[in-house]
Amino acid sequence: MLKLPAAIYTQILGHCLGGLPDEACGLIAGDGEGQVSVCYPTTNAAASAKLYTVDPLEHLRAERDAESLGLEIIGVFHSHTHTDAYPSPTDVEQASTPLSNPQWHYVLVSLRDTHPTLRSYRIVDGQIDEESVVVESHVAG
Amino acid sequence: MPVEVRLPTVLRSHAGGQASVSANGSTIGEVLADLTRSYPGMSGQLLTDEGDLHRFVNVYVNDDDVRYLDRLDTKVTDGDSVSILPAVAGG
Repeated sequence: MLKLPAAIYTQILGHCLGGLPDEACGLIAGDGEGQVSVCYPTTNAAASAKLYTVDPLEHLRAERDAESLGLEIIGVFHSHTHTDAYPSPTDVEQASTPLSNPQWHYVLVSLRDTHPTLRSYRIVDGQIDEESVVVESHVAG
Repeated sequence: MPVEVRLPTVLRSHAGGQASVSANGSTIGEVLADLTRSYPGMSGQLLTDEGDLHRFVNVYVNDDDVRYLDRLDTKVTDGDSVSILPAVAGG
C-alpha cells in the first residue's frame, strides 16, 4: 500500500500536467511502510513524450535531502501522456536492472483522459503487482 | 588514497549493510575495481564485461556525474565523496 498525503498527491499530478507534452517524473521519499512524506519533482532528462530519465544530479540531491530528513527514496513516479497508468515494457525492464530496489513503489499517472489517473505498482523480477493507494487528507501525528 | 563511497540500497547487503565504505584509487575506475575486490558480490553489477560503466548505474564524484567528466578515468583525490545510484528511467 502506498500512502500519499493529499498535498503530495496534488503535487505529483501538478508536476505531471506541467510536464506536458512530455512525460514528467520525480521521486518519492518516506518510510518502509509506504508512507510518503516528501516528493521530489525532477527534470525528465530524456525530454520525451515516450521516455523518461530522472535527472541524475537531481536524483543525487533528492537522495541526500531524504537522508538528512531520516527518510529514504522509496519510489518513482512518472506520467504516461497517451496510455494507461500501467507500467510499459520499458518500465518493467528498467525496474529489473541489478541496482533496482525491489522495495520501490512505481507510481504511474495517466494523462490520456480529461482527469488524470494515478496508480501504484510493485515490480519484482519482472512481475507487476498493483497496490492500493490511499490519499490522506490528514496525516496522523 | 581512500575515498568514501556511498552505496545504493541494493548493494549494501554485499558490504555488511553499510551505507558507505572506504575504497582506494586515483580514478573512478580504480575505486570501483577496489570496491569489487573488497566486496566481490558487487562485481558485474557496476561494470560491463567490456569494463565500461553499466548504463543503469550513475556514479558521481562529489556533485558531478562522471559521465560528464572523464567517466572511469575521472580523477579522485583524498577526501572526495563518490556516490553510486541506480539510473532511474522508463517509458
